[in-house]
Amino acid sequence: MLFIEVFQDLMLLPRSLHASNAETLPFELKGSLFTLTVMHLFHLDHAVIERHLLDKVKQAPGFFNNTPVVIDLEGMTEPKQAIDFERLYALLRKNGLIPVGIRNGSPEYQEAALLAGLPMLPERRSNTNANGLIRKTDLNELTASLRNRIIRQPVRSGQEVYAPDGDLIVLGAVSAGADVIADGNIHIYGALRGRALAGVKGNIESWIFCQSLEAELISIAGHYQVCEQFNPTDLAKAAQICLREERLIIEHLTR
Amino acid sequence: MATIIVVTSGKGGVGKTTTSASFATGLAQRGYRTVVIDFDVGLRNLDLIMGCERRVVYDFINVINNEATLNQALIRDKRVENLYILPASQTRDKDALTKEGVERILSELKQNFEFEYVVCDSPAGIERGALMALYYADEALVVTNPEVSSVRDSDRILGILSSRSRRAEQSENPVKEHLVLARYAPDRANRGDMLTVQDVLEILAIPLLGVVPESSAVLQSSNAGIPVILDENSDAGLAYSDLVDRFLGKDLPHRFIEIPKKGFLKRLFGGG
Repeated sequence: MLFIEVFQDLMLLPRSLHASNAETLPFELKGSLFTLTVMHLFHLDHAVIERHLLDKVKQAPGFFNNTPVVIDLEGMTEPKQAIDFERLYALLRKNGLIPVGIRNGSPEYQEAALLAGLPMLPERRSNTNANGLIRKTDLNELTASLRNRIIRQPVRSGQEVYAPDGDLIVLGAVSAGADVIADGNIHIYGALRGRALAGVKGNIESWIFCQSLEAELISIAGHYQVCEQFNPTDLAKAAQICLREERLIIEHLTR
Repeated sequence: MATIIVVTSGKGGVGKTTTSASFATGLAQRGYRTVVIDFDVGLRNLDLIMGCERRVVYDFINVINNEATLNQALIRDKRVENLYILPASQTRDKDALTKEGVERILSELKQNFEFEYVVCDSPAGIERGALMALYYADEALVVTNPEVSSVRDSDRILGILSSRSRRAEQSENPVKEHLVLARYAPDRANRGDMLTVQDVLEILAIPLLGVVPESSAVLQSSNAGIPVILDENSDAGLAYSDLVDRFLGKDLPHRFIEIPKKGFLKRLFGGG
């Protein structure tokens, strides 16, 4: 009936929307990555939902402590069934979950959710099979569907290159002030002087390779290091970077 | 077929207008029909450096707005044959530059006036004026000084050339890029006060067209309204002369990169 996917689901929000007027800024808008819980809703029966929720709370009371949650409507078995989002919001709120948005679902659902103050979040490729059951993402399947992107000129300051669903290969340097981003690995056949973010959708198996590590920032699956944290002996050398036990490991590439 | 060349840099005060004036003069000296256009609408300088500010009647924006013809606005240089100047307006702002207007004038200059080289002197920054100056370019002279912020801004401009020029948008051959390293002082670079030629080339990774040494002759000629390339006794003038020859395909070694050696007498008696 109800499935809570306690699965790291990273959203990539739009980056840095700076206001142009520099003096006395009351705020600044910046993009950031968050790990959110997704509730895959299959059908709406408030009583059943509440019963299941109470079960879950019994199993993991610590988890239901005003936890933000995204409601995914893709698996709705009766997509025409009307949803009273305000009532659903109140129900979840009462049980320690705070809905922050919805994902997937028909335009009618999206409109109704927006009226209840729940925005639409970007879709993700479906992992749901015909029975509405979620299976864990198979890494082999993920690799097979990768679409790689090759950039044949240097990535200059102020440019941002993103390889969705695949590896990014740059045949040249990445300048200071440039961003290279990939869902998979990043390979740079030149100096990395800008920022490189691999595995931005949470693929902890991603790597970054470069011929000279002079980066401003490196990140794999949201775990990042800025240049000040680098060991000085790693600087300006060919390097491979991976994630081990949630720590970025920088190794020299021997040629 | 005319070649459109933009002289650009990102940062201000690095020597774009000095380079535009000397480069266009050098091309004309070598027999090519050349026009140099000032895209710095609102802050016109090119006519001062070319020494024709008193002869400006109509300008680039007047022609774009059909208030004057190109014939009326083009100023013929008095010193060098084949050289024309299209001055900017001092009273308008850069919003007066429209893509359609610029395109119409460039094609008229190519077809009706049979210019072989159109040199576009870009304003600083990455706003409208600079974007319009580089949009139709076939080749680009990127002027940089040997300091970090200037190199960073040039890098940014190179990114814009490869993504927002007409050639990039229409997936044609990319804009051909040339590096002009201006205000270079070899002794200060060797001391580590400035970036060296190698440092700059490593960051920007485009072919070096010329190194122009820091020189008092540049300021003197600007104030006198004579492009420095016409001062054949100055090192900066010679550097620009080499640069034009290299642009036209001559293979010349780069001068002014090494610290000048002191002559025998100077070494004997010290000083200098």
